[in-house]
Amino acid sequence: MRREGSPWQGLGTVVLKELSDHLSSARMRVLEWLIVLTAFASLYGAIQQVKDTTAEDPFVFLRLFTVARSPLPSFVSILGFLIPLMAIGLGFDAVNGEHNRRTLSRILSQPIYRDALLLGKFLAGLATLAVSLVSLWLLVIGLGLLLLGVPPNGEEVARSLIFLVIALAYAGVWLAVAMLFSVLFRSPATAALIALGLWLFLALLWPMLASALAQVIAPPDLMSIMLGRPSLETLMWQQALERLSPTHLFAESIIAILSPMTRTLGPVFLSQLEGAVIGTPLPLTQSLLIAWPQAVGLIAATILLFVVGYIAFQRQEVRA
Amino acid sequence: MSENVIEAVGLTRRYATGYAVDHISFAVARGEIFGLLGPNGAGKTTTILMMLGLTEVTEGTVRVLGRDPQREPLAVKRRVGYLPDAVGFYDHLTARENLVYTARLLGIAPDERRTRIDDALAYVRLLEVADNRVGTFSRGMRQRLGLAEIIMKQAEIAILDEPTNGLDPQASEEFLDLIRSLKADGVTVLLSSHLLDRVQRVCDRVALFQAGRIALMGTVPELARQVLGGGFAVEVEAAGEGLAKQLAAIPGVSGVETVAPERYRLHADRDVRPDAARAVVHAGGALRRLSVEEPSLDAVYNRFFQTKARQEEGARHAA
Repeated sequence: MRREGSPWQGLGTVVLKELSDHLSSARMRVLEWLIVLTAFASLYGAIQQVKDTTAEDPFVFLRLFTVARSPLPSFVSILGFLIPLMAIGLGFDAVNGEHNRRTLSRILSQPIYRDALLLGKFLAGLATLAVSLVSLWLLVIGLGLLLLGVPPNGEEVARSLIFLVIALAYAGVWLAVAMLFSVLFRSPATAALIALGLWLFLALLWPMLASALAQVIAPPDLMSIMLGRPSLETLMWQQALERLSPTHLFAESIIAILSPMTRTLGPVFLSQLEGAVIGTPLPLTQSLLIAWPQAVGLIAATILLFVVGYIAFQRQEVRA
Repeated sequence: MSENVIEAVGLTRRYATGYAVDHISFAVARGEIFGLLGPNGAGKTTTILMMLGLTEVTEGTVRVLGRDPQREPLAVKRRVGYLPDAVGFYDHLTARENLVYTARLLGIAPDERRTRIDDALAYVRLLEVADNRVGTFSRGMRQRLGLAEIIMKQAEIAILDEPTNGLDPQASEEFLDLIRSLKADGVTVLLSSHLLDRVQRVCDRVALFQAGRIALMGTVPELARQVLGGGFAVEVEAAGEGLAKQLAAIPGVSGVETVAPERYRLHADRDVRPDAARAVVHAGGALRRLSVEEPSLDAVYNRFFQTKARQEEGARHAA
């Protein structure tokens, strides 16, 4: 049966309302300060490190993002860890919150479809994350200018902008996860706990589990035992398993984009090194090509998770 | 006035566990107040949600303002206002901001928005607290704000689900007054409630729900006649000799019960209060009280289902 009318009716209104809710909420302010403060700490470490070590580096600015000085991790790994927290914080009560406040049936009795409500909430969350990431990016650039005294060159700006886009896609995955749980679970606390549990599992436990599982699936052969290193098959399995986690996809694509010397994300073969000048950077397009599958994977995961949440929401009863 | 704005034919909603609404048919004419009454879980809310296209129809059809809410929900929802059971608002926004959001969803032009919102808030007497956060509102105020939303929408049909549920007697009386004035403004009102007595006074016609079916439908006096065997019960309190005989002689009285000493209950086919008074005075008695019992929906409802249960029991015994 065909429905009449546009599913996008009211979308803009929902986006604006949710956006203003997000931007003025106390929750958002706490998350922002958390990210800004930790990012500053790691950035400060990176700047010290860069000042100490760099002699001649064409991409000194990008080092701000990737260099770590113990005990702090690098700026990008902090973001890789905290972006999910922020996205989950914005999305975990998107739908069940409306249910519990008993506003859902009232809003849906206005001339809009459920499509507009769910997509509006998602887009508003994504826009909020984009605003935060862009301001964080501007802060980094500004701080780099002040403390390093070197302006970034065109390619560095381009690479860091691509980093921004990938970070947004990564945030989208977690926002979609949080919203999916907010549709599936009636209690916001349950949805938040499960989303956070999944995040910790994928960020902390999965890398260890992936290598253990790879050992089980592809046991080391005699050759690798003698060499004391995992066999190629084990490595491939490990990588494939690790790539199930969006955190890993994000980390891989960021390495390719922000470290122009990266030639491959997997094991390096001799044939690939033929004619290569070790240590020279790749052109931007080639780096992009390396990160492409990961970036597409993140975007596809976002869409897939959103669609699952969408279907679940369409089938749900509105009555409280 | 005879145009039907809501028409349901064989409307059914089936879940895996059974029928929530089981082949019901009814029609609501423009400008009337129609009550969907019955206990909780009898299928009232499901019926309402089907009329708004918010839940699927398993079988049958429903037309609201001539349109199919399953197929054209936006067109239906633009002209129908809905006040859900225990309506909620965004607590961190003010009453006005909440209505502005709805007005935007409705696509009301900004310059028209302000006057329509103010008018609606004034109508439900919430204008003074328009800029307070809804979090500070009482249950009755939220309910009235929900009604303001419908008024702002200029809906032709107002569907109110349990509007007096959880309100204190005074607040619910005020709310029923608002519903009456809606009707005076030409709005068709459909309201559901499990509090039969409280809403029977505002409803022009009612449908009594029982386990997903409409058990009875009509005006309250009609139902009373149908179920309570018709007629009037007049209570007379008077002192005097042989009054029972005198009262029984009044034309139209079919029986006299002596409920208590000097208290009689007359069963009649019309309101025989004037004749009863005359008869008592004529017999030299002292008349203390004279009252006619209004047929109450509660009585109708209880009697109907008692009779039905008895019949079913009888059928079981016979089998």
